[in-house]
Amino acid sequence: MHRNRNILIWVGFAIVLVALVSYIPFFAVFPVTRDIPWANYILFLAGGAVLAVGVRRAFRDSAHYRGKISGSILAVVSALLLALFVVFVAYFTKQIPSAGNALSVGQKAPAFVLPDTAGKPVSSADLLKNHRGLVLIFYRGYW
Amino acid sequence: MDSPAESQKLCQSRGYTFPLLSDANADTIRKYGVLHPKGGTAGQDIARPAEFLVDANGTIRWVNLTDDIRVRARPEAALTAIDRL
Repeated sequence: MHRNRNILIWVGFAIVLVALVSYIPFFAVFPVTRDIPWANYILFLAGGAVLAVGVRRAFRDSAHYRGKISGSILAVVSALLLALFVVFVAYFTKQIPSAGNALSVGQKAPAFVLPDTAGKPVSSADLLKNHRGLVLIFYRGYW
Repeated sequence: MDSPAESQKLCQSRGYTFPLLSDANADTIRKYGVLHPKGGTAGQDIARPAEFLVDANGTIRWVNLTDDIRVRARPEAALTAIDRL
């Protein structure tokens, strides 16, 4: 008897992979899906659901559907990938020192002279001249 | 910490028109109290993400800190602070 390849297992896992790898290059670009990665969580859920249906089919109707072993492995891997993602967004990205030392409102902003992308020195005094103010954005130096 | 050459690539690829400065030894980062010691991929000192609004007198009027590197100031928040100057 022909046993179906059980495509749902593979489609489900593919969706889980998309859920994992789409955050940084795509969803993290938009604040609405970056701060709380709900779009990725939805994709994980969708992938997991499709995978679950596929695995259930493999066990309940193994005469017609393959995938008891492959489905089980992919299900475990998917759970690990979800755990990895959750650790990243809920723990890893919060590992920064406390902000206790940061200057606060009312204090004088220290002057600086720093090179721009052409190597030319730029001074804070010049940036403030003839302007209402200056926004300083400290980013991490890479992402 | 990005070198000026790296920052130049970033500027060009994104079309930034504002100055992108390089604080190679994290001196200015330290003066503003936003140092993240050894936080870089190669163990170098970097900044924790932070935004400061300074007025024409050199006084800090708005500070935005975050406890999560993924969550940064939204432009609207900075614009609102600027409107209040």
